[in-house]
Amino acid sequence: MARTIIPFGPQHPVLPEPVHLDLVVEDEKVVEARPSIGFIHRGLEKLAEKKDYVEFVYVAERICGICSFIHGQSYCQAIETIMNVTVPPRALYLRTVWGELSRIHSHLLWLGLLADAMGFESLFMHSWRVRERVLNIIEATTGGRVIFGSCKIGGVRRDIDPAMITHIQSEMKTIEKEMREITTVFMNDRSVKSRLCGVGVLTKQEAYELGCVGPMLRASGVAQDMRKLGYAAYKDIPVEPITRTEGDSYARCAVRSEELFQSVDIIRQALERIPDGEIAVKVTGNPNGETIMRTEQPRGEVAYCVKATGSKNLQRFRVRTPTFANLPAMLKVLQGCDLADVPVLVLTIDPCISCTER
Amino acid sequence: MAFFQMTSLVMKWIFRKPVTSRYPFEPRVPLAGSRGKLVFTDGNCVYCTACAKKCPANALIVSRDKKTMEIDRLRCISCGYCVDVCPKKSFSLGEAHSSPVTTKSSELQIHKSGNEETGAPKAAEGNSTSAPK
Amino acid sequence: MTPEQTMEPIAVETLLQRVQKMHEDGYRLVQIHATTLPDKLEITYSFDLDLRLASLRLHLPLEEPRLPSVSTIYGCAVLYENEMHDLFRVQVDGMTLDFKGNLYKTAVKFPFGSTKAPGVTCAAIAPAPTPKPAAGAAPVK
Repeated sequence: MARTIIPFGPQHPVLPEPVHLDLVVEDEKVVEARPSIGFIHRGLEKLAEKKDYVEFVYVAERICGICSFIHGQSYCQAIETIMNVTVPPRALYLRTVWGELSRIHSHLLWLGLLADAMGFESLFMHSWRVRERVLNIIEATTGGRVIFGSCKIGGVRRDIDPAMITHIQSEMKTIEKEMREITTVFMNDRSVKSRLCGVGVLTKQEAYELGCVGPMLRASGVAQDMRKLGYAAYKDIPVEPITRTEGDSYARCAVRSEELFQSVDIIRQALERIPDGEIAVKVTGNPNGETIMRTEQPRGEVAYCVKATGSKNLQRFRVRTPTFANLPAMLKVLQGCDLADVPVLVLTIDPCISCTER
Repeated sequence: MAFFQMTSLVMKWIFRKPVTSRYPFEPRVPLAGSRGKLVFTDGNCVYCTACAKKCPANALIVSRDKKTMEIDRLRCISCGYCVDVCPKKSFSLGEAHSSPVTTKSSELQIHKSGNEETGAPKAAEGNSTSAPK
Repeated sequence: MTPEQTMEPIAVETLLQRVQKMHEDGYRLVQIHATTLPDKLEITYSFDLDLRLASLRLHLPLEEPRLPSVSTIYGCAVLYENEMHDLFRVQVDGMTLDFKGNLYKTAVKFPFGSTKAPGVTCAAIAPAPTPKPAAGAAPVK
């Protein structure tokens, strides 16, 4: 059988961001996928040499447009660890609430994009309708819809007042109900199932060996979640990783769907227990030291390697984003799949290419 | 196993008011607390250039001699860092976002000089400014 | 806040052995990164097992840094190694998938690499009417 190479991307209707794949196909079967990334390398890691460590929070938040808050939070946590800053408990709880809100909005975005990739347009619209409610909470509490800008070294920049907390709690009820309607469709609809079940199976062993992170790893049966490290308020609010054993696209969809409700639960607990007090401490001096900070983003584990030498600018700022770790697994599941399944498989890793290249 | 989940979802929403808005005709009203356009109130400003030094996007150009404050609306990221650092509390963040423009220009605000001219959009003057960094 | 982070200095010669040992012990590769120090290049390999983070660290000279590839042990290491090559000018031998310097499309070759190393000129590949000032001009603003 003759082999054909089909270029996929960098601009493709299913891809929100540019990544290019050369798909080697035999008839309708993909034999091999050769990636080429690097279209949007922005050199943000190098920018650490120009911006001082305080204003770099704003740069860290802009690494990604979807998991922006957790990027900022991880960066702040890394600097706080180096400088031995004790963040007030209220700030930790607020960070947790915002982090989980951003997880809900990221997962709803992904569910919508997945429906779109399958050609299920109405489900896509309904997912994003619910997401809009989450974005409204985010805008009302932090001031930004996508870039929260509310995390700073030593705490947070804004407080949530009691009236707003009550509003979020009642809004969460509606959001949970609406999400339940949508995820029921994702889990039970026949057309969704026929596109996802058994497609792109990744065994537990393979997923672990290929260095997968986040929902990708959990869908293959490895119970790993960085929130178990107990940063922010997760030391008081235990998180049990949601796992599935099938390892196919349907399992990845199921893991993310269930995580939505887990996040709602965490937000509810955090808002009930939120302690009173300061929201930030003053941080003086320059960092000197090194740390690797890992946190759980919607897409998986992110690793921040920060090295400072006592000057205003960091010596090295390095981010290993979740998509970077999931790319080898994507290439693996693409081998042997049908050409028509490529868009769905590319989406199931929840690719965020801007994150990957920084 | 649930049947007709999507159908019931669709039927429920088919008789409701749409959640989308007719955007250009009905402008979106920002929520209370939204970080929008940066507002500079002169009067207190001593042109210390603290804001320009701290601005992460280098959107502020302050001239100490000319007593001018220039805000580059296209660079400003509405982060509110200048609001925090200003010793005289001359900045605030409005809720409305700055409107789209077709030309690139800074907004020059002059204070304490001969002609009191505020808020007039003018082209950026490259020289005679204190370097932000 | 961060439980159990270990950092162990190793020599380049023992790298493959140590990584093989990590693999046998069931560690997952978290990341590989390089840092340009004033006089040397620092490479860090981080591994994770049950939320414990173990790192191996080695140093390379700034002139012609060379490393053996660990991609035969951890398949996913190719991306990190290609990244190190493209940004830091580290020659990694024996990668299972070599992008030959084409993973990242940067205007400046090896933007994060040392400016002292011989043969590094930061002349941009992209059309540059005026020669760039001394080596090390960052691709960003």
